[in-house]
Amino acid sequence: MRIELERRPQASKLYGFVSPLLALLLTLIAGAIMFAILGKNPVEALDAFFVEPLLEVWSLHELAVKAAPLIMIGVGLAVCYRSNNWNIGAEGQFTIGAITGSILPIVFTEWHSPAVLPLMLIMGAIGGALFAAIPALLKAHFNTNEILTSLMLVYIAQLFLDWLIRGAWRNPQGFNFPESVPFAPEATLPAIWEESGRAHWAFVFAIVAALVVWFMLKYTLRGFEIVVLGQSERAGRFAGFSSKKMIWFSFLFSGALAGLAGISEVSGSIGHLQPAISPGYGFTAIIVAFLGRLNPLGIIASGLVLALTYLGGEAAQLSLGVSDKVTRVFQGLILFFVLSCDTLIYYKIRIVWSRIRGGVA
Amino acid sequence: MSIFEAILLTVITASTPLVIAALGELVAERSGVLNLGVEGMMIMGAVAAFASAQMSGSPYIGLLGGIVAGALFSLLFGFLTLTLVANQVATGLALTILGLGVSGMLGEGYVSVPGVRLAPIVVPYLSDIPLIGSVLFRQDLTFYLSLALLFGVSWFLFRSRTGLKLRAIGDSHSSAHALGIGVIRTRYLAVMFGGACAGLAGAQLSLVYTPQWVENMSSGRGWITLALVVFASWRPWRVFAGGYLFGAVTILQLHAQAFGVGIPAQFLSMLPYAATIVVLVIISHNRRTTLINTPASLGKPFVPER
Amino acid sequence: MSLSDVPGSGALLSVQQLTKLFGSFAACNHIDLDIAPGEIHALLGENGAGKSTLVKMLFGVLEPTEGNIVWEGRPVAIDSPGDARKLGIGMVFQHFSLFEALTVAENIALSLDDSIPIGRIAEEARALSRAYGLPLDPHAHVADLSVGERQRIEIVRALLQNPKLIILDEPTSVLTPQEADKLFETLFKLKAEGKSVLYISHRLEEVQRICDRATVLRNGRVTGACDPRLETPASLARMMVGSDVATVTHPDRGNKGDVQLSVASLSVAPRTPFAMPLKDVSLTVRSGEILAIAGVAGNGQGELFDALSGEYPVSSPDAITIRKKAVGTQGITARRLLGAGFVPEERHGHAAVSAMKLSDNLVLARSQSDRRAFLGGGFLKVIRRGAVKTATKRIAAAMDVRKSGEDPAAGSLSGGNLQKFIVGRELDRQPAVLVVNQPTWGVDAGAASRIRQALVDLARNGSAVVVISQDLDEIFEVATEIAVISEGRLSQPFPAGELSREKIGLLMGGLHESKTGSETANAH
Repeated sequence: MRIELERRPQASKLYGFVSPLLALLLTLIAGAIMFAILGKNPVEALDAFFVEPLLEVWSLHELAVKAAPLIMIGVGLAVCYRSNNWNIGAEGQFTIGAITGSILPIVFTEWHSPAVLPLMLIMGAIGGALFAAIPALLKAHFNTNEILTSLMLVYIAQLFLDWLIRGAWRNPQGFNFPESVPFAPEATLPAIWEESGRAHWAFVFAIVAALVVWFMLKYTLRGFEIVVLGQSERAGRFAGFSSKKMIWFSFLFSGALAGLAGISEVSGSIGHLQPAISPGYGFTAIIVAFLGRLNPLGIIASGLVLALTYLGGEAAQLSLGVSDKVTRVFQGLILFFVLSCDTLIYYKIRIVWSRIRGGVA
Repeated sequence: MSIFEAILLTVITASTPLVIAALGELVAERSGVLNLGVEGMMIMGAVAAFASAQMSGSPYIGLLGGIVAGALFSLLFGFLTLTLVANQVATGLALTILGLGVSGMLGEGYVSVPGVRLAPIVVPYLSDIPLIGSVLFRQDLTFYLSLALLFGVSWFLFRSRTGLKLRAIGDSHSSAHALGIGVIRTRYLAVMFGGACAGLAGAQLSLVYTPQWVENMSSGRGWITLALVVFASWRPWRVFAGGYLFGAVTILQLHAQAFGVGIPAQFLSMLPYAATIVVLVIISHNRRTTLINTPASLGKPFVPER
Repeated sequence: MSLSDVPGSGALLSVQQLTKLFGSFAACNHIDLDIAPGEIHALLGENGAGKSTLVKMLFGVLEPTEGNIVWEGRPVAIDSPGDARKLGIGMVFQHFSLFEALTVAENIALSLDDSIPIGRIAEEARALSRAYGLPLDPHAHVADLSVGERQRIEIVRALLQNPKLIILDEPTSVLTPQEADKLFETLFKLKAEGKSVLYISHRLEEVQRICDRATVLRNGRVTGACDPRLETPASLARMMVGSDVATVTHPDRGNKGDVQLSVASLSVAPRTPFAMPLKDVSLTVRSGEILAIAGVAGNGQGELFDALSGEYPVSSPDAITIRKKAVGTQGITARRLLGAGFVPEERHGHAAVSAMKLSDNLVLARSQSDRRAFLGGGFLKVIRRGAVKTATKRIAAAMDVRKSGEDPAAGSLSGGNLQKFIVGRELDRQPAVLVVNQPTWGVDAGAASRIRQALVDLARNGSAVVVISQDLDEIFEVATEIAVISEGRLSQPFPAGELSREKIGLLMGGLHESKTGSETANAH
């Protein structure tokens, strides 16, 4: 028995839509099997994981809190991946953005002004962009693989944050906890409206970013340039586009969004800087980007789905006693199935049971 | 034993997993497959080795468990990229994320459990040679395996017919297919070999390096392995040398931290990662040599026409 | 005239009703063919006729959908190249299956049985290649060899298996006329040894020179089986191409206008280890002229195109001028804005992106030159899809592009139709200068004729046209001036009427002092 692929003359629009849904379905099935092996009732477990968190209002606020950085980063990564620039270091850019955005509230604690918050956000974005400029420079001018360089920088960024918080930026009144001073109210990202609980403006930023990038990709020449350079550098050159300039654009753009997500998370959700500021948002955002098929509107949906896996993991731990590691497993499974189902978009799959010879006696 | 010898011993222990995993990945990449999931395969090997050693009481069963886990896990990668022709970069990442997640879950019960250690094998007579003897011939099995792999992979790639076919596939899979060479079959085997090696490297981590299970204990070694293969221009002996270079950096900065050098611990910990970046830049910036050394079909999707 | 009509007639190979379907498209449609031992049999047909598909089935690369293959009187199933080789069939593909990073001996070893050690293969290869007049150094790396030398590897590789039938797919498309003569000597030697040759070509002259019998394919079917020496070029062409394909009206060779494009002493270092440097290239093209640059593949055509198009600007601004402006250091956009148009050699992945729609491929080439028409919204540069689609429709109609649907993906069009679109995309702008690299490579006869006519008409309307081509027939059809490129050097141009094939062949050989040059000198 053999599986054979036959290239479709054109990418299937139908499967472009169906593939992510199919992937989610397969993930659910695999998850049910996994829960069963762990000795839990699969239906109960899936319910606790995916349905329960959607039933409480406060839980929906949490969903928005978790989805915001995923969508923001995911949208930036979509621009990168579409242009064939593999930024895997968004987690590091997130971290550095959080650091640079926290300079004002931590170092200049005496400065109170409505300008603080906007400046923090801008500085966070710039910090993320500058950190992303490193792999961009190394790829554009030194021909160095950006996957490995951006990834190594993640470890470096996290170690840097650790050093800062345990050293110079440790709160002197903090009972020696590795935390910074708590941010003043004007340095805190506010809730979207009175009743939105913990859900803060980061979610709005994320949606706006998604809409802007969607418009850019679909309608403008820049979007066209991104897609063409991702498909064929040669054709892009023929069109007059520069793949070197696109390396810079895509990395700076996604770095800025990741940095903005970083400072938004610290300022809006945590309220101070500490060594652990992200449950792997930068990496989960990669899954968000692929599940959303590198389309910003899809990414809004997939960001919410992956945010749900975080909540589901916590919920399953509480109500079923399942390890919270289950979240990571689900996330990995989602990406796995998305990649498998994507094959259907470009190829027809034929299962060949036996060889049929052409008319030989 | 002098301090010098003791440090050398630790360098060997730190370098061995890198060398083993990199030799496996080298074979896979020489056949044209870029498997970024080394980190995932390595951590799965680590947890499987730890668990098998615990359950059986024997560290050798542990090693076997690590190898098998790595190979099976790599099959997932193979299926997605070779049969379904999925994007190799994304699939490698998926493998890593899944591996980190599954291993974390499987390993939960083993945190803080004392591990079964793989004891050193003392080679008679040779281990009595001053200096070299105590360093080289009182090592655990994985060190000797790493040497065997070095010679084996070198011989296989450059002196055997099958190795020639594998290199040919890495150069041009379409030409290889046109000549009737089984491209997909060979690549599956190469990927599984890479997985087995990564699994063995992971086993070394949880049975020798620190006989313990800690979540994410591979700490990015899988990624460093990938950089190592590029740095070595896909040649086995250079992989060995590079592995020891990285191993030395990794372990020496740990010694420096313990020793209390004036530099903060976090910056010392950054050294292996920073060194990886520097090394990559040095080896890659000459486009000409990069082009000549890189297997031409690396990472490219292959769909045979029938 | 079919051997299989007479049972026990001793045909070496007999193909019966062989069919290959790709989806609903029949690349080969119930083909019958026989080859006798010691025969050089031509398989004639235009691009897209099904020749390559047929031989891929004979060599086990493709699986027939229907039909029989009978070898030495017995029906066989050829499931892989290994099976074909075991039967005694050898094949030299049009696109070589070589491994750049490996040596000649290693390349040959890979196509043979495992049991023979490489050292022996190296010696046998050296001996055999010399015996057949195609000398090779077994320890050279393929990456360092010329195209002609690479073909020798393919031929020696096939001959080492001692085949009874050797299939050659368009072998002279990459050879100079002199190299082709040497190849024919080798084929006659094979015939004298009782081996058969299946010679695939669309070049009537050659076929009439060397082949005993011919089978003609058109659109996947056999349209004729004959002795080519008893036919005229016209009758063979009619079998190959069917009802009238318009002949191209000859270009106007009279008075010419101003210089539109000039290149002065252009030298360019190779960009990659396998590229060809350009050495002191000069040319001028006036309004109304069509300068054809003849040359066998791998002599710097791509590099010259890159320099002319501006995709890879050069260091000296004055080295290239378009309409009197020095543009050497400027990119492709600046040159397009001056009124130049470019058609690269590679349809897929360079001139067009296969996965994108035709309208997107229009934007690919025209976003900068037509920004007023196609872009709106100020700094946002929103693409005016409506205007783009209208223009796409106009171009498709003007060039008679056959496609499925209004705006399909470029990859779904046949080679000829996509090429018509790509050329039409440039013609739509009435460019003052047009540079085309291999205008009709891999394109069916109808489309080829239309494209060539379009080029002639463009020149007649006052444009300056440069056509880089490997096809001498095409060059003689469209050119007003002809120059020859060889090893990165360009000869002086000659008026088209003054050159013959032989002279061009000599120019190809004599422009440089290389091994090829001295060998061609010794051959005659």
